[in-house]
Amino acid sequence: MSPRITLAVAGRVLTQLHHDRRTVALLVVVPAVLVTLLRYVFDGRPQVFDVIGPGLVGLFPLISMFLVASITVLRERTTGTLERLLTMPLHKLDILGGYGLAFAGLAAVQAAVVSVVAFGLLGLDAAGSPWAVGALAIGNALLGMALGLLVSAFAATEFQAVQFMPAFVLPQLLLCGLIVPREQMAGALRVAADALPMTYAYDSLQRVASDGALGSRGTLDVAVLAGAILLALALGAVTLRRRTT
Amino acid sequence: MTEAIEIDDLRVRRGGHEAVRVPHLEVGAGAVTGLMGPSGCGKTTLMRTIVGVQRVAAGRVTVLGRPAGSAALRARVGYMTQAPSVYGDLTVRENLRFYARVLRVPVTKVDEVIDAVRVPARAGQLVRDLSGGERARVSLAAVLLGEPEVLILDEPTVGLDPLLRIELWRLFARLAERGATLLVSSHSMEEARHCDRLLLMRDGELLVADTPGGLSRRTGQENLEDAFVEIVSRREEVAA
Repeated sequence: MSPRITLAVAGRVLTQLHHDRRTVALLVVVPAVLVTLLRYVFDGRPQVFDVIGPGLVGLFPLISMFLVASITVLRERTTGTLERLLTMPLHKLDILGGYGLAFAGLAAVQAAVVSVVAFGLLGLDAAGSPWAVGALAIGNALLGMALGLLVSAFAATEFQAVQFMPAFVLPQLLLCGLIVPREQMAGALRVAADALPMTYAYDSLQRVASDGALGSRGTLDVAVLAGAILLALALGAVTLRRRTT
Repeated sequence: MTEAIEIDDLRVRRGGHEAVRVPHLEVGAGAVTGLMGPSGCGKTTLMRTIVGVQRVAAGRVTVLGRPAGSAALRARVGYMTQAPSVYGDLTVRENLRFYARVLRVPVTKVDEVIDAVRVPARAGQLVRDLSGGERARVSLAAVLLGEPEVLILDEPTVGLDPLLRIELWRLFARLAERGATLLVSSHSMEEARHCDRLLLMRDGELLVADTPGGLSRRTGQENLEDAFVEIVSRREEVAA
């Protein structure tokens, strides 16, 4: 693995995004607009906004990076550039690392903007620091990227890749506890929720928002999250095959 | 002449049938070898096998004395895929600068290869807005960046105007003079005359490996297209 090549891959992904300013604008603006919408949907019950706001701020990057990464990597698979890269003297980890760096950078901008809007303009109130929420948001973006990269191997077209979002991400969003506390769900769903990475992403955000710090349980959540990212990346690396049929 | 590529008892299966069967093949260094044959005859599969990206059912494929696809070969073998494998949402220079960094060659090489393939590199123009032939040449330029010893080029001259085509064949000849091994595929027999050696392929099998002159003598046909037809019909007579 070479830091120079990793940086080259990250630079390339960012240059591609630089040429697609509309996508970047949507990535940055849409979460801020949605969180604003939510604030006024719960205009009469600001305490509800305070409960689900931090969760949403922290989970947006997961959803958008899942989509962006799955499409970008699918394009790389279908246009043959991935095959070409794999015939060149570079390590698969350079490709994964490059993508990770680029999307973490993008997620940082996205998380910063939505945090400023939510905490600064809309008066979202969390016990913990908005910086901690932002840091968790970037971690979640990496999880979204790793999952997107992995599912891109199972999509033959961009249509299919887009459909993986509701298939992979929406159930996790429903089960993670954001919409209904997990204790109120059917037992089987609680077990399923425990096996899904977004549950841990949501819990860590919740702990920062309500307790003000991660605490030992929140640290465990973050560790599980890190494990899920590494596992998804490892599985994703397996799908980057140098030799195909 | 030393052999840069050696193949023995190769069998490749794709989609439930045998796509390529090559009992023996040697491709010499310092020459341009043309891999000719109709679309779908297995040229791309054979090339992918030599690059080491194709899973094979059986056989031995050696490139520069090492098994095809070895890590040590990655900097020494350049592969141009049939569909231009370049980023449509980057400019020509951005594409080539990226590949230059991956290949660890100085970025100054970028202008050199743009010049060699005569592709317009207008600032701000994305590769997806170029014509198909131009995109293919950007893809070729990316192969040239690393100055590989072995170049596997899958239909590099398709869709180009005759003048450009001649220029590219001259470029290939210059590279071969400097000692590089070039395997260049084409489905157009018109291009055969530019090659030092020819491999004729049909239905996954190599029919002939010969020089253009040797092929003409062997078949009594001046025109290489006629020579190809002659070879195929002779085989069919033997089979019948």
